[in-house]
Amino acid sequence: MLEPKAKPKDGFLLVNMGPQHPATHGVINFLIETDGEVMRRATPDVGYLHRGIEKMMEITSYPGNMPYSDRVDYLASMFANHGYAMAVEKLLGIEVPKRAEYCRVIADELNRIASHLVATGTMAMDLGAFTPFTHWLRERESINDFMEFICGSRLTYNYMRVGGVYADFPAGLGDKILRWMDHFEPIVQEFNRLITNNEIFVKRLANVAVIPADLAISYALTGPNLRASGVPFDLRRSQPYGAYPDFEFDVAVGRGIRGTVGDCYDRFVVRVEEMQQSCRILRQAVTRLPEGEWRAKVGRTIKVPAGETYGKVESARGEIGFYLVADGSDKPYRMKIRTGSFTAAAVIEAISPGLMIADLVAVIGSLDVVAPEIDR
Amino acid sequence: MLAHEILEKLTARFPDVAFALHGELPSDPSITVPAPALASVAAFLKSEPGLAFDFLRCACGVDMKDRLDAVYHLYSMKVGHSIVIKVALPRDNPVVDSVSGLWDSANWFEREAFDLLGIRFAGHPDLRRIMLPPDWEGHPLRKDYKEKSDYHGIPTDRLDPVKV
Repeated sequence: MLEPKAKPKDGFLLVNMGPQHPATHGVINFLIETDGEVMRRATPDVGYLHRGIEKMMEITSYPGNMPYSDRVDYLASMFANHGYAMAVEKLLGIEVPKRAEYCRVIADELNRIASHLVATGTMAMDLGAFTPFTHWLRERESINDFMEFICGSRLTYNYMRVGGVYADFPAGLGDKILRWMDHFEPIVQEFNRLITNNEIFVKRLANVAVIPADLAISYALTGPNLRASGVPFDLRRSQPYGAYPDFEFDVAVGRGIRGTVGDCYDRFVVRVEEMQQSCRILRQAVTRLPEGEWRAKVGRTIKVPAGETYGKVESARGEIGFYLVADGSDKPYRMKIRTGSFTAAAVIEAISPGLMIADLVAVIGSLDVVAPEIDR
Repeated sequence: MLAHEILEKLTARFPDVAFALHGELPSDPSITVPAPALASVAAFLKSEPGLAFDFLRCACGVDMKDRLDAVYHLYSMKVGHSIVIKVALPRDNPVVDSVSGLWDSANWFEREAFDLLGIRFAGHPDLRRIMLPPDWEGHPLRKDYKEKSDYHGIPTDRLDPVKV
């Protein structure tokens, strides 16, 4: 238990929300100082899922660290794979084959859709709309099947390797993905009719917990949370990596269509639009997948020359960055993992004053905070 | 703007401060700043229009055995350039000014560096442990950290899974 920073003033009540609460999406505690239904402040208390991944990475070899990177964010582990591989490849000076870069993009975008399905689905569920979540889980099941084809596992993928990917892209899977998208894209429209444009849902989210652009930048929000505040910052576009310069797609930004730019509704809509953009990228990547090697020649033991770099990719929850300090041995000297949920959780304290307790559930859902990614 | 151009701007503004540029390719370039100068240098990096580093994407500590490094990854949304700022701190008394007044994201990043490496950030509004319990002893990401044999009576030794 964390000591509250200051004793609540007279007339305020201190309530613990969590660490076991269905709406906190993992084990987080919120210390809420409230006056009736209105909060004076909600202070996140994190660390319940701290597993010391950064310390473990210091005693494990470079190839052996890839599965650890999966565990940073179990809903979007492909991005952690990608960021970790990019950091190591940069210091080694490895050129990744074109086919491997395309395989990575396909896997990333499938994972992005799967992650946003959970994010938008659970957000609607936390606010009382259960049906959309069941629809989304059905679609996510198809993506899990594709992932099983691609890398053999359905959640913690361990797909990427230093210099490429674990296995070649399965023959015939591209057509399956294209067929699935023909079915999925109309489902998104149905989802929009069912919940996104639902007047009750809109009124519940519009103008709630507005994060202005300057606050979002100061708190280093990234990913959909930052873009919902109207900042068109997407690493795939702003600091391109891998094969992303080859593809056409739009960066979804919050426009305040039903309320103010940067409110909970914008964060929801940005994720739905991003899924559609991911489908666009997938169509291009699957049809244009080049022939060739899927992994560069890298020895079994990897010794990384001394140096330091920061590998970053656009994850479903914002920027996931691996700050790697190498000392020339076969293990990282220091690995700092910067995640999107960490900064997103930090902003909750700043935007909570004056909100209703019930809106805190909407805020947590809209920021798409995943506890193990905060704590690592 | 490239790292050496940023360094030129900094030396022009702070002629008395001993900066150093590190990072041969493929490493990322970084500028080392003496600890007492960090607060004013950071404020300049943020407010100078040509630099405009408004986005602290990551801050952390690194145990370099003979010293502790505080590392700040800065990016500018307006200009689109980035730089790494480093501060070397003595192991026995690692204190540096907090930059949480300039970038709000530094608040939690600095708490984590305090928790796991024991770097103290002077002027931080809320410097508590963030990941570990408040009564934890030691800072686990230090290279000389020794795990205690028990925590509140719970033994921490475990069997080697390879030998079992």
